[in-house]
Amino acid sequence: MKMTTAPDRLMTAGLGSCIGICIYDKSVKLGSLAHIMLPSSVQAKNPENKAKFADTAIDLVLDMMIKSGANRSRLQAKIAGGAQMFKFSGESDIMKIGERNAIAVEENLQKHRIPLLARDTGGNYGRTITFDPETGDLLVRTIGHGERII
Amino acid sequence: MEDFTQLSGLQIDALREIGNIGAGNAATALAQMVQAKIDMSVPRVSILPFTEVADLLGGADAHVVGIYFNVSGPAPNSILFILSAQKAGLLVDMLLLRSSGTTDINNLDEIEMSAMMELGNILSATYLNAMSMFTQLKFVPSVPAMGIDMAGAILDAILAQFGEIADHVLLLETEFTKDEDDVVGHFFLLPEPGSLNIILKALGVNTDG
Repeated sequence: MKMTTAPDRLMTAGLGSCIGICIYDKSVKLGSLAHIMLPSSVQAKNPENKAKFADTAIDLVLDMMIKSGANRSRLQAKIAGGAQMFKFSGESDIMKIGERNAIAVEENLQKHRIPLLARDTGGNYGRTITFDPETGDLLVRTIGHGERII
Repeated sequence: MEDFTQLSGLQIDALREIGNIGAGNAATALAQMVQAKIDMSVPRVSILPFTEVADLLGGADAHVVGIYFNVSGPAPNSILFILSAQKAGLLVDMLLLRSSGTTDINNLDEIEMSAMMELGNILSATYLNAMSMFTQLKFVPSVPAMGIDMAGAILDAILAQFGEIADHVLLLETEFTKDEDDVVGHFFLLPEPGSLNIILKALGVNTDG
């Protein structure tokens, strides 16, 4: 997970079923980017890498940001990713990990009362995102499915 | 703690042998499918950290084609045959006996997609058979799935589905040659934690000493 202040920007490339979570405090132009892979650390065989689970990553990021001067009540979030990259025959719950990640992220943000201002999730394609803490813009780029700022 | 970067020449040789035999059998199968001669070889075998895979493919947002299989058995793993989108197009040209540059990887029709999937099927079957032969372990592949997108996104989806892949993965670089054209693709075996050691032990060359 990364954190920075304007004019620097944060980027993560090749989000598939993973979700890039941008949490920021616009008044101090401080932004963070967490790249989560799985919804919950609870069932993980190896929960050491807390940054990759939606629940623990958000806890870590908030801690990091508040220690750097962000004000909890001013925090806002934008997210992208959560695609369904492969289609297998006989799909089951396990396969729809992108969707499960998105739901987990939204639930965890809600738990911390951080408003989710924008989301670009779902589909079956990868995304590369760039977040600008100066403007709060999240640039989403894809291969063959356009480019947009949310 | 296993340190796969310290594998001996002997261990690399065992893996290379598996690669060569697999490639040889795959070439035969390909020749029958395509009715033309396609040579295959494994120029390089290595074990590398999973974290380096995306960079090897040109970065997390590199445009690639990946064919993925889930493999069950006593040493469960995932197989991923992956190469740049541009090279994949050339490979499809080879398979369909067309001149280089004919295939548009962004607009694959059913026949082209099916050619790639079938190639994936052949590769996984022959490499896994060679593995089984050497290790006496059973490897049972699932049906294939194909993704054409950013490398990070494809690796990501596999990672998420598995829950975890071991820190180290096995790479068999595979070269396809037909007449003057050649294409190199990456054949990865992504083991679940513990699987790689089971495989290496079964080869009679384990990492404990």
